[in-house]
Amino acid sequence: MKYAIQINASPYSSGCGETAYQFIHAVIENKHQVFRVFFYFEAIYQAFQFMTPPDDEVNLVQRWSKLAEIYHIDLVICISAAQRRGLLFEDEAKRRNKVDNELAEGFRISGLGQLAEAMLEADRFIIFR
Amino acid sequence: MRVKKFLFILSQSPHDGLWVQETLDILLTVAAFDQPVSLLFLDQGVFQIKKHQNSELINLKNTAAIFKALEIYDIQDIFSEVESLQEYGLKPGDLFLPVKEIYRKELPLFIKKFDIVCSN
Repeated sequence: MKYAIQINASPYSSGCGETAYQFIHAVIENKHQVFRVFFYFEAIYQAFQFMTPPDDEVNLVQRWSKLAEIYHIDLVICISAAQRRGLLFEDEAKRRNKVDNELAEGFRISGLGQLAEAMLEADRFIIFR
Repeated sequence: MRVKKFLFILSQSPHDGLWVQETLDILLTVAAFDQPVSLLFLDQGVFQIKKHQNSELINLKNTAAIFKALEIYDIQDIFSEVESLQEYGLKPGDLFLPVKEIYRKELPLFIKKFDIVCSN
């Protein structure tokens, strides 16, 4: 079965990211597919590459990057939600005469059309909020 | 292109951050994909379409304009839960959008009719 997943919350505001992460693992372990994970609203904070938690805590951003690398999961950050909150990737920053590149490895930035497509293509659509 | 029936449930009060604006962005994107979209106002969400709001005073865009534009996207299936309206003392005449009223006990069957339910 193909799953599309939307995540709504930032890493430390709730357990939403953790639940989503564990759910995605369960999907893969049970031989299902993750069509796409779409980060919207405050969830764009899950993709800031310079997040630097203390050494004895899990680095949640790096954990997403690793997940994308190992399982080739499509992690998409919504461009309008990201720009509003100050997450810019290099190309977009240049276009706006800014110097910035905050997007962590394994994520890509795109529009809401990617969410609509995921909802249409997947067998199941789940929002973690 | 596949077609799925979408229901967006709005249950948060207006002008509380950008929540409704960003939710409506999803809704309009889905509508632009030629998907049938319905909208349900629930709980404090019924205040989203109350008349005479001046969100400019708190430096937020007036989302009423977006709601009023839904017709252009052919979104006409707009529902509100009767009990939510009653709880906040609202009558259909207090709203700037015509809504179809639906009773709480009807909601489970109503929601089942949709392929995708977005409750952000």
